[in-house]
Amino acid sequence: MIPPRESMQVPPAPLRPAAALAPNIQAFVRLLRRAGLQVGPGDALLAMEALSIAGLDSRAGFRAALKATLLRKHEQNDIFDAAFELFWRDPERARAGAAMALMEAQKPEERAKPGGRRLAEAMAGDRPKPPPPEEEEKRELDASMTVSERERLQQMDFEAMSAAEISQAKQEIRKLVLPLDARPTRRFRPDPLGPRVDIRATIRAATRTGGEIATIARRRQVERTPPLVAICDISGSMARYAQILLHFMHAVTADRDRVHSFLFGTRLSNITRQLRHKDPEIAFEMISHIVPDWSGGTRIGEALERFNQDWGRRVLGQGAVVLLITDGLDREGGRGLAEATDRLQRSCRRLIWLNPLLRYAGFQPKSQGIRAMLPHVHDFRPVHNLASLKALVDALSETPKREHGR
Amino acid sequence: MTATLPADVAATTALLAAGGYVADAALATTVHLALRMGRPLFLEGEPGTGKTEIAKVLAAQLPRGLVRLQCYDGLDLSAAAYEWNHARQLMAIRMAEARGETANLEASIYERRYLEARPLLRALEGEPSVLLIDELDRADEPFEAFLLEVLSDFQITVPELGTIHAATPPVVIITSNRTREVHDAIRRRCLYHWVDYPDAARERAILALRAPQVAETLSAQVVAFVQRLRQGDYYKLPGVAETIDWANALAALDARELEAGAVNATLGVLLKYQDDIAKLRGEEAARLVAEAKEGARA
Repeated sequence: MIPPRESMQVPPAPLRPAAALAPNIQAFVRLLRRAGLQVGPGDALLAMEALSIAGLDSRAGFRAALKATLLRKHEQNDIFDAAFELFWRDPERARAGAAMALMEAQKPEERAKPGGRRLAEAMAGDRPKPPPPEEEEKRELDASMTVSERERLQQMDFEAMSAAEISQAKQEIRKLVLPLDARPTRRFRPDPLGPRVDIRATIRAATRTGGEIATIARRRQVERTPPLVAICDISGSMARYAQILLHFMHAVTADRDRVHSFLFGTRLSNITRQLRHKDPEIAFEMISHIVPDWSGGTRIGEALERFNQDWGRRVLGQGAVVLLITDGLDREGGRGLAEATDRLQRSCRRLIWLNPLLRYAGFQPKSQGIRAMLPHVHDFRPVHNLASLKALVDALSETPKREHGR
Repeated sequence: MTATLPADVAATTALLAAGGYVADAALATTVHLALRMGRPLFLEGEPGTGKTEIAKVLAAQLPRGLVRLQCYDGLDLSAAAYEWNHARQLMAIRMAEARGETANLEASIYERRYLEARPLLRALEGEPSVLLIDELDRADEPFEAFLLEVLSDFQITVPELGTIHAATPPVVIITSNRTREVHDAIRRRCLYHWVDYPDAARERAILALRAPQVAETLSAQVVAFVQRLRQGDYYKLPGVAETIDWANALAALDARELEAGAVNATLGVLLKYQDDIAKLRGEEAARLVAEAKEGARA
């Protein structure tokens, strides 16, 4: 919940007559825009109209009028309040630029320079740029692989791959197509072979034939894929897998609608919007700006609790399938993990845990985190090489063995 | 707009208060603006913070008819706006055939009298009304697209008949519990307000209005308890509606003050998830009761 800002003890701004107000409103709208809010010139006019109705005699009313017209999402409330305090304390100075610069820093999602990284790579030479540590083991791989090479790549652990092999693997991932897994909605569309009669269309057709019902129009229920939610661990132990799995998520996001993606290490970030960018490089660049905790520690329980609280009800409707991608190695020793996983499982249709540790033949669920989570998932599978990703795709198309709750 | 609209923010606050709704300054200003600017009002917030109530109170106080469209998954045009009365149309076709008047058939069976109005069309036609589009987040995205025409121009286009305009635009209140994000295009056409849980003073004022038979000591303690409870980490925090119900429940049990036994017995009125109840029951409840009594006295 947001603490009331009124307590911040800001001296009321000297409100000028309406003539001076218009440029100030415009400047304030510009400030909000620079802080990442989507407000346009039309909204400034709307705000002026609102102010002329609400009057300028109280600061609270002034703020409420601006909020009602310029704010559209609750998430932006804090930024709006900060901008309001900053700007309306001294509009003249703020317009001069100090506030603008400050708000730049508050911007929630930095816009990436399109293709910046690839441009740099292009300047450096025409070979794909490998991640630094693997430089020495870089091997030449022909773009057209032989069958045996392809097979080897399928089975190879992501962690053991060289940079070139990773880029090959990424290409393979692009080719994976998730099954649509469609379910009926309550909407209809016209379909000549559909099971239901569309009376409205039938009558419309009848008027054309002078009232004679020559054909019966039919319709059928629209089918739609349920939401897919990925929650991926990016702590130190998962870093290498996370990189590849992000590519997987990006491919899936481009492939179907209603995919929501989250990353967590020590805190939870929603990267759905960023992943929607068509170009993976730009998407990852944008993600790197909003995710502060790459390769840090893990607090799985806390991240899942946050997910349940903030997002569960918003993204898990309509029979969502959840991919939980983590090795289950928790810094907090599994505290709160069982409850959070249980709640998560009960609020989705299917909870699939993807764990790269499963690649080891004699894997035993010894760590506390894994033991806490394991009883609460529908499905537990490895995710360390291309073959396991393919198996996941296949598994998603079969009906689950155990269905819990809904 | 009609002359019955309140003249300023103070009048709007008074209007809402007369209907039993205690609005803070920001909400009253926003409601006032929505009324005067003729814009839909988009209210978001946790369940139980009184979003739907605003529409009901406005309808009762203005006074206007309340037209309510409850949204659900799969809500479509025929349930939300209008539907042709197919049986009567078919009959008309048969009659026309019998009389041999099939030349002008199209115009004659697509007359207004064959059109059945559903909430959206009802709100546009006839007497000025308050249109409540409740829990828009429950409807699916295709439905939102259809709403755009209604919200920006207060009109509905029926392909066979033409465009139907509202003589007097309805006061439109849209609510959402944020079970999913509502599209920006809808937000752009509306004034926006986030309805938060009320602070202690406002919640006491609400209780005084909505549960007047509850003694002052008890209602102050109830509010202090609920306010503390909302600081905690529960799956579903109690809303204002739950506070009112709880105060009534305690009063019905003849409680004069909060005490652990009665609180434990009535937790189901306040919290709606078994996990939450289990978490609060016993020691935690006793601790909050003690704190609430302390807080209410202060």
